[in-house]
Amino acid sequence: MRLEVRDIRVERGGRRVLDGLSFALAPGEALIVTGPNGAGKSTLLRVLAGLLPLKQGRIAIGGAEDPPPCAELAHYVGHADGNKASLTAAENLSFWAAMLRSRQGRGTSLPPAEALAAFALAHASDLPVAVLSAGQKRRVALARLLVAPRPIWLLDEPLNALDAASQARLSHLMHAHLGQGGMIVAATHSALDLPNARQLTLRQ
Amino acid sequence: MRSALAALFWRELGIARRSGGGTSTGLVFFLVLAAIFPFAVGPDLNLLARIGPAILWIATLLSTLLGLDRLFQADHEDGSLDLMLTSETPLELIVLVKCAAHWLTTALPLVVIAPLFGLALAQEAPALGRVTLSLFAGTPALTLIGAVGAAVTVSLRRGGLLMAVLVLPLTIPVLIFGVSAAGAGAADPVPFAAPFAILCALSLAAIAGAPFAAAAALRYGGE
Repeated sequence: MRLEVRDIRVERGGRRVLDGLSFALAPGEALIVTGPNGAGKSTLLRVLAGLLPLKQGRIAIGGAEDPPPCAELAHYVGHADGNKASLTAAENLSFWAAMLRSRQGRGTSLPPAEALAAFALAHASDLPVAVLSAGQKRRVALARLLVAPRPIWLLDEPLNALDAASQARLSHLMHAHLGQGGMIVAATHSALDLPNARQLTLRQ
Repeated sequence: MRSALAALFWRELGIARRSGGGTSTGLVFFLVLAAIFPFAVGPDLNLLARIGPAILWIATLLSTLLGLDRLFQADHEDGSLDLMLTSETPLELIVLVKCAAHWLTTALPLVVIAPLFGLALAQEAPALGRVTLSLFAGTPALTLIGAVGAAVTVSLRRGGLLMAVLVLPLTIPVLIFGVSAAGAGAADPVPFAAPFAILCALSLAAIAGAPFAAAAALRYGGE
């Protein structure tokens, strides 16, 4: 399975944000997208997640028979955490486990309690998300990556609000995901600990 | 896929129960509306008995719209809607399940409490039954038509009023046949069955069509 992006053009509010962008990712590869504010990093991730329309070009999954759209193979962790403040962390995660389960997803899905433990949040699993700190909320959102196996991770500023220990845990999990043949596209300003990752620099 | 929708249904019920407000605010609003009409109409019991079904229907219509603007907006703001769009579950079914949960937590309590307020509006027993039955059959249409308005205004900060302006004209057929089923036999010789059947048809048509309209609005309006 390959992720192929060919010559895409995206406009937002009448302004051309991405134009003529092409890249391909093979299993086990990561792509780190950098660039100044407003260069289109988040836009690229939202396009890959199927949340914004393409003006031109295509995003395809290669090497699979009757491939589903990229969006259904991808976990999108954006600026908004996607968790309900009044529900507990475990309730939020078990909902997303059911909602995001993918027929194509291979690999093991962790129960919500273990996914939270992987981010050292086991103690917070029965707390409403509303009372968690910004970094903890972020970790609950990232724990979603583990409860439903999907091969492509789209991470928008994944290190935001994370402390050093959580950053180390995330990079350990990213290495494990790549080791299992997953793919990662991450937009970031800070250095991600992925030495073999490819770089894509967007300009304004 | 079924379990994804079941999970969504229980999540919606959990949010409604946990964050509260929705159900009880709707009921209190309903009570207030039904209570201020007699003050405006005056102490004429015959008149009140005649227009009682209409008052209950208007009160239900307005109470149903209350809180409906948050149906998709809350999910849009916290990013849940984006994630649901990446699900394999069709968005139309997600919309339908959210509407079902919303109807269950906001409209059904109104239907249940309506006979009580009907008593305060000088309704007799058969009229109470007709009003309740017509509300039960008609409120799904109100919720689903409202969901289309909620989907269209999902990204607007203060979309509530705009939603009401968009949705209220579309609910006129439901209101006409609802009130005529509820008030049948009282003063005019309209039989109950005919308007009631049309009311059921309106609800079924809304259940069949509105999820597609709302899902389309959510897909293309989320940008």
